[in-house]
Amino acid sequence: MIVVTTAEAIIAARQEKPTREQMIPLLQEIQAAEGFISPEAMFLVAEALETPVSRIYGVATFYNQFRFAPLGEHVIELCRGTACHVKQSLALAQHLKRRLKLRDDGNSADGRYTVISVACLGACSIAPVVKLDGEFYGHLTTEKLDGLLDEVEAANDEAAA
Amino acid sequence: MNHSELMTPCCTRCRHTAATPCADVIACVDHGPICHEEDACRQERAARLERARRGGDGMLLYVGAGTCGRANGALTVIEKMNAYFERRGLRVPIIETGCVGYCQREVFVDLVTADGVRLSYCDLSPETTDEFLQTMFGDGQLHNRFLLGRYDDPDDLYRGVTPIGDTPFFARQTKVVLANCGVIDPASLDAALAAGGFRAAAKALATMTPAEVCDEVIASGLRGRGGAGFPTGRKWKVAYDQARSQKYLICNADEGDPGAFMDRAVLESDPFRIVEGMLIAAYAIGATRGYVYCRAEYPLAIERLSEAIRQCRAAGLLGRNIFGALVDFDITIKMGAGAFVCGEETAILASIEGGRGMPRPRPPYPAVSGLHGCPTVLNNVETLANVPAVLDKGADWFRGLGYGEAAGTKVFALSGRVRNTGLVEVPVGIPLREVVYDIGGGAPAGHHIKAVQIGGPSGGCIPDEYLDVATDYGTLQELGAMMGSGGMVVMDERSCMVDVAKFFMEFIRGESCGKCTPCREGTTRMYEILSELTERPVGDDLRRLERFRGILHLEELAETVKETSLCGLGQSAANPVLSTLRFFRDEYEAHVMESECPAGACTGLRVFDIDPELCTGCALCAKNCPSGAILGKRKFAHSIIVDRCTGCGACADSCPKQAVLAVA
Repeated sequence: MIVVTTAEAIIAARQEKPTREQMIPLLQEIQAAEGFISPEAMFLVAEALETPVSRIYGVATFYNQFRFAPLGEHVIELCRGTACHVKQSLALAQHLKRRLKLRDDGNSADGRYTVISVACLGACSIAPVVKLDGEFYGHLTTEKLDGLLDEVEAANDEAAA
Repeated sequence: MNHSELMTPCCTRCRHTAATPCADVIACVDHGPICHEEDACRQERAARLERARRGGDGMLLYVGAGTCGRANGALTVIEKMNAYFERRGLRVPIIETGCVGYCQREVFVDLVTADGVRLSYCDLSPETTDEFLQTMFGDGQLHNRFLLGRYDDPDDLYRGVTPIGDTPFFARQTKVVLANCGVIDPASLDAALAAGGFRAAAKALATMTPAEVCDEVIASGLRGRGGAGFPTGRKWKVAYDQARSQKYLICNADEGDPGAFMDRAVLESDPFRIVEGMLIAAYAIGATRGYVYCRAEYPLAIERLSEAIRQCRAAGLLGRNIFGALVDFDITIKMGAGAFVCGEETAILASIEGGRGMPRPRPPYPAVSGLHGCPTVLNNVETLANVPAVLDKGADWFRGLGYGEAAGTKVFALSGRVRNTGLVEVPVGIPLREVVYDIGGGAPAGHHIKAVQIGGPSGGCIPDEYLDVATDYGTLQELGAMMGSGGMVVMDERSCMVDVAKFFMEFIRGESCGKCTPCREGTTRMYEILSELTERPVGDDLRRLERFRGILHLEELAETVKETSLCGLGQSAANPVLSTLRFFRDEYEAHVMESECPAGACTGLRVFDIDPELCTGCALCAKNCPSGAILGKRKFAHSIIVDRCTGCGACADSCPKQAVLAVA
């Protein structure tokens, strides 16, 4: 039985042989499907484009969007734009780091959460803003943020029980 | 509405299809049919136009569901409304619209009454939806606390209600780019056509030569709205003059400036305007292929634009032989992958070609040699959004909109410590004070405005005393700031200007592509110096001396980075530093000489102390301290080692007795 990975399937689905112009769109599709870019995926893209894998690595690591480790169960996008910064988003970032015991790659110690700092979410009118699992939450304080995380944890506990 | 009624034949005599385009197809929308006389057809077309203008027949609702509307719960509001109408067996269509710009008062809900008047309501939220529905539809009270104003009311049926254009937030605005935002259905070609869409494109392609289009845009004085402000028409003329068969038009929708969301709003709320602007630009320069480079962080914008392109293709407004004028043009959307530098022209080219977004030296300029070595014009979203109006109403009209010599309008994203946050469109040259105080409403109660940051990470801070400056390219540059893309962040006395400079430098240094030494090394070093300034000088005397020396070099370093960097990112990287040094030198001096932050914002300069009278020795603070700076025995008063304290405040946050206080 031949096992085809998602990345292979994505590349195979392309009608014509991909050109260099397709490199970033391919990587974006792979990340959308798998959640991150694995070394295996990079080798596959390199092969498909007949390009050295160092090139693929160079491009993937240049852009902020690409991740190289799987995401946690819950993704928190914290806005670090100017308006949010003026409204003390740095305090929120520090609070998250402490509460979730974040490692350098943005994942919590227990792997449950990933916190990503975003340059600007474009919702400046409700600063400071966080996107938790795709939903926006504005006018945040550390208390409100704790409340949100408490709710998430309660839901997790219920699901586990 | 996915199917365009207005572009559908009225009878078998009507010949327009995407494959067999008719040059009069847009004129027919307004006063067709043109190719034959038939009362039934005339009435049919008039009914279609009215339906498209309203959004449908009968009573209906528009809900502002752009990204910030959604962030305020717009989709939940819609869900609740639908459930309410279903329970009562009422049929009230709800149309998702874009952003009207008054973000402070979202969620916006507009009612189109059966007699066709549009009333605008605001301050809605998932929590207040039930109250709104009961008042409006249960009690029939259209005048209620949510009512803001009314749109066109030719028969003055609601004369007690303020016209929306006279309400304080909108009274001083001049809407050109934002004219349709939050008003029309962004997913409907018919709504765009009914609002005047593609008149200008039809006029340009059918009655003007490309050179004439370039000249009209030059005469209008339209300048690039992405920040650099280069005269748009002149850029087009350069590309027009190139004798190459393949040319490209790229819409720069990367909008990387933190605090800027003008382009996002236009793409989400009026995407057909951008398609039209691109079509006209492509015609002017002779481009057959277009790209929109849009940042991936704008999924709704990409969705709306994709749908708009699809509908335009189906109607023959994109593709081959558009309007029968032998013009081929189509658009591909390219998603950015998260790189601020990819807002720079040549970096976009590198990214589209499939590589790291690293700028290249210019000349050659993209208009001469750009994508794949072909003549390429790159224009910002807002620049292109102005093009249809310029062609439709003329260069003189556009020139007349600005104050004095300035031409046109500019959209600003007003945010920060100001009462009314949102998008404002004002004539170029308006005094900045009017924007911040009269439209923005000034500082929240109990605070006063210290500075207005304008131009994003490439811009500068204008102190309150200088706010009478005209918001124009030249005048802002004289004050060390720049127009930029339109981000305008208001800061009050709670902001530390050294911290602001550090914030921007951290951002820029993270986004530096690394290609040229001045930017790569210079931004890192400037960030280090600013970081040291915002932290207490612990350690030995040599360390303190280093810190002091850094400050002396900061200005010279900033000038060097500015003069010698390869691209605009590096060349403007030092602006926030130079700008704050110019107007807020006293704050820098306090940080250097006294290790004090006058605004009280730099947590790194705080020192905490535990009151031994209140401390019960529970040790919660010690447990939460990230630096191991708290010592003590359980049940006995604890103390903080000042040299280890980073001022984060975790101890103060966790103390149940409020025994921990900041003392410096």
